[in-house]
Amino acid sequence: MLTEKRLLRAEPNFGLLTKLLRVHWLFVALLCALAGVGYVALYSAGGGPEPYAWRHAIRFGFGLVMALSLAMIDIRILARLSWPMYALSILLLALTLKMGHVGKGAERWLDIGPLQLQPSEIAKVGLAMALAAWFHRASYERVGNPLFLIPAALLILLPVGLILKEPNLGTAFITAIVGASIVTAAGMRLWQMALLALPLPFLATIAYGHLHDYQRARITTFLHPESDPLGAGYNIIQSKIALGSGGLWGKGFMQGTQAHLNFLPEKQTDFIYSIIAEEWGLVGALALLALLLLILWTIMGIALRCRHQYGRLLALGIATNMFMYVFVNIAMVTGAIPVGGVPLPLVSHGGSAMLTVMFAMGLLLSVHVHRDVEFLERRDD
Amino acid sequence: MKQQARRTAVFTRRALLMMAGQTAALSYLGFRLYRVQVEEGARYATLAENNRVSTRLLAAPRGRIVDRFGEVVAGNTPHWRALLLAEETTDVPATLRAFASLVPLSEADLARIDRERKQQRRFIPVLVRDFLSWDEMAKIEVHAPDLAGILVDVGTTRHYPLGPDLAHVVGYVAPPGDSEVGDDPVLALPGVRIGRAGVEKFHEDDLRGEAGQVQMEVNSVGRVIRELNRTESTQGDEVTLTLDAELQKAVITHLGDESASAVVMDCTNGEVLAMATHPSFDPSLFDSGVSQAQWVEWTSSKQTPLINKATAGVYPPGSTFKMCVGLAALASGALGPEDHIFCPGYIDLGNTRFHCWKKGGHGTLDMKGGLKHSCDVFFYDAARRAGIDAVAAMANQFGLGLDPAIDLPGARRGLIPTAEWRARHRRHWNAGDTVVSGIGQGVIQATPLQLATYVSRIATGRAVQPHVTRLIGGDPMPGAAPGDWPVMDIPEAHLELVRAGMFAVVNDVGGTAPHARLGLPGVALAGKTGSSQVRRVSRWAREHGHFNSAQLPWEFRPHALFVCFAPYDAPRYAAAVVVEHGNAGADVAAPLARDIMRDVIERDPARRNVAPGQAVAMSAQAAGP
Repeated sequence: MLTEKRLLRAEPNFGLLTKLLRVHWLFVALLCALAGVGYVALYSAGGGPEPYAWRHAIRFGFGLVMALSLAMIDIRILARLSWPMYALSILLLALTLKMGHVGKGAERWLDIGPLQLQPSEIAKVGLAMALAAWFHRASYERVGNPLFLIPAALLILLPVGLILKEPNLGTAFITAIVGASIVTAAGMRLWQMALLALPLPFLATIAYGHLHDYQRARITTFLHPESDPLGAGYNIIQSKIALGSGGLWGKGFMQGTQAHLNFLPEKQTDFIYSIIAEEWGLVGALALLALLLLILWTIMGIALRCRHQYGRLLALGIATNMFMYVFVNIAMVTGAIPVGGVPLPLVSHGGSAMLTVMFAMGLLLSVHVHRDVEFLERRDD
Repeated sequence: MKQQARRTAVFTRRALLMMAGQTAALSYLGFRLYRVQVEEGARYATLAENNRVSTRLLAAPRGRIVDRFGEVVAGNTPHWRALLLAEETTDVPATLRAFASLVPLSEADLARIDRERKQQRRFIPVLVRDFLSWDEMAKIEVHAPDLAGILVDVGTTRHYPLGPDLAHVVGYVAPPGDSEVGDDPVLALPGVRIGRAGVEKFHEDDLRGEAGQVQMEVNSVGRVIRELNRTESTQGDEVTLTLDAELQKAVITHLGDESASAVVMDCTNGEVLAMATHPSFDPSLFDSGVSQAQWVEWTSSKQTPLINKATAGVYPPGSTFKMCVGLAALASGALGPEDHIFCPGYIDLGNTRFHCWKKGGHGTLDMKGGLKHSCDVFFYDAARRAGIDAVAAMANQFGLGLDPAIDLPGARRGLIPTAEWRARHRRHWNAGDTVVSGIGQGVIQATPLQLATYVSRIATGRAVQPHVTRLIGGDPMPGAAPGDWPVMDIPEAHLELVRAGMFAVVNDVGGTAPHARLGLPGVALAGKTGSSQVRRVSRWAREHGHFNSAQLPWEFRPHALFVCFAPYDAPRYAAAVVVEHGNAGADVAAPLARDIMRDVIERDPARRNVAPGQAVAMSAQAAGP
């Protein structure tokens, strides 16, 4: 077993200053820019710094300090926390099911003192860490072995099943995708993937039969939003009106009528992108989309640049998670997919999501700072 | 090492593929944004505008109704009402309890408030109590700190300063019914009233005014954020009546407790100066809602307080019809102006004997004498000679049996049995029916308004039409000048003869209406009495002297009528008075008409510019001309 002391002895110059210099400051700047966009949008949504924007800034400040602190911790130490983290997230999911706070027909929140946690968000990070830990020692040959993949599949299915039971279809789906992306990047064979994909349509049919009424309503609404303009289709229609009326150049800061007159539901959380698109137009909407894409590329860059499998897989998992957030959220507000209650990371208002995202960003920063460290691995070759 | 490189290569390849996939997916979203924001932007911009702007109508203040001198007879007064704004109080039941301790609330009120509150959003006020008195309003204001969520606001009520005195002419307003509202959004506004009777109904379109509108920015739940644009409403036109409010009040006073009606007209142009009906009702009650008990009382009363007897009460004209019969006989040539008729006290027609009111008869009479004594036999014979169709044609010339075409709703046409009417009713008409028509009995019916018009036309020889509107929105209505009305196709000599008869009725010794003399120097009144039976008097009763109409139950007593005009030598005013079941026209209706005409002559509303509110000089003090 390798201890911290021996590590530091092995790399004597790897002090705090060196680590700070190795922090991916461009990435940090991009995150700050994204949070800044969130501040501006929330300022507009709340009609001033209260009640959203100011808190958003404070939370981001705390999140940033937390992320930078995480970046200073050796990734190998964080890697050792993978399994406890996974176990904790499963425990929280189970607790949520047992005594969670019911909101909008689904148990998703867990009250811990003053803090409301969304364990499904933590579970995604926990899963990414666990899968990265599972695969980081495995050789390419080993990954090709179905017997080695079965525990990985179970690792994925356990949280996905618990989230499905909440029931939170959207997050369960995203969690499954995050897991699948890591397994794919770890080297799962293509024929194995093809084999797994075969029964999917059949499973989907069964799944639809088990959907809750409100979930089915979302799918129906998505297909025909105008069929129920004041009911389930209301959100999609109002969001599209916000976007469409924004036009090319937008209505201007604080001038968005859809948002300011409360036609937009949940404008400060799920539909924050609609405000931005309404007030800043297509130009602003595309600029934010570009910023998000840049951040995704940067995370992938961190993954590609990393020299150990744990960091790569973890970064890739987090990138997938970020991508799924961004895609589902924007697709939702533009009416491309059914409404799913997925926030836009670092832009939407919400403490729990911000905490989880910044924790993941901290892990990423640590991966980047410690991109060249060597894990003492058991070599299979 | 090689294995590790393989692993890295696979990761890199697949990670890059994923990156490409993610980039493609976000590009697709960018394309979607372009579609929604630019290609379909215009459509969504319209939708957003509709989302944002809500147009609300502003009810227009109703136009006022004033009398000929500008005195308001229907106006708008503010009234206070208490509203509950649920979002401003933490405890609605407590607020209502506190309110009820100041101003009583019934169980029904509380139930309604509860129901409306549940239907409305918290920021939309719910009516708690309407028509608060000044005292109640003051109490609420004083206790305002205990009444969180209660606000007092001002609505308008229709106000009728003359109350019951002019209720039948002015009419009243009430909230429109669902079927009336229909597609008209203006009528759906809270507090909007529409005319239900009288001038309020007839001139509804002029009085209503034009609703304004206000465009407001609202949010998705309908809360008003700010006002964008406002077009004020235009108050309805002011309607100036031909009536004189002070005279109207005086006439009502003269009618006293009788179930009666009186119409005073300017006989040169048909302007109605007073149109009184007693008993009456309080027109303002309809605005706030008439109680069941009140409604039953009105509708079950034999004196029909809700009916405008002047225009819708039909009575046999009795002897007041005799001028018409005389003129018909003269016009037909069957009776010459100088011809005499002998009255033995009855006339026999086949097996039937028709009695004169005077046992023993009047002896030989000419037309003037016939009218003066109101001899029945004279006019039985005159009608028989002229024939019923000639009588009907003459009656129609005077507007009897025809729609009076007055600018009031619900005026009745009465009944003159013309040939056409008889054919329609397939009734056998015999000579006896014609004879009875000669004294205005039988099926003949007329309204007091028609009788007033009839006398006006006799007095002036012009076919004046009665009307009650002088100006609308300041514009004069046609018909104010005597020249506006055509001269009737009746020789002036015939009219002179009839007028002389009417003069004799009042002023000659032995006339039937000595009580109707004005007693004013230089001004003489000419008139005619009428007592019309509502029940046939049996021969047995008549012969045995058992007939005394004063002992009959009220509803079987004859109506008392009097029609007149004055001054005799330069006719200006005409009046018709009908006292329901008043027995004798000469004793009951004639003195009433005299008192009314004294007021009219002294006040002279048609010629003088009397300042509004000036009281009528009472007839006791004789005023010089």
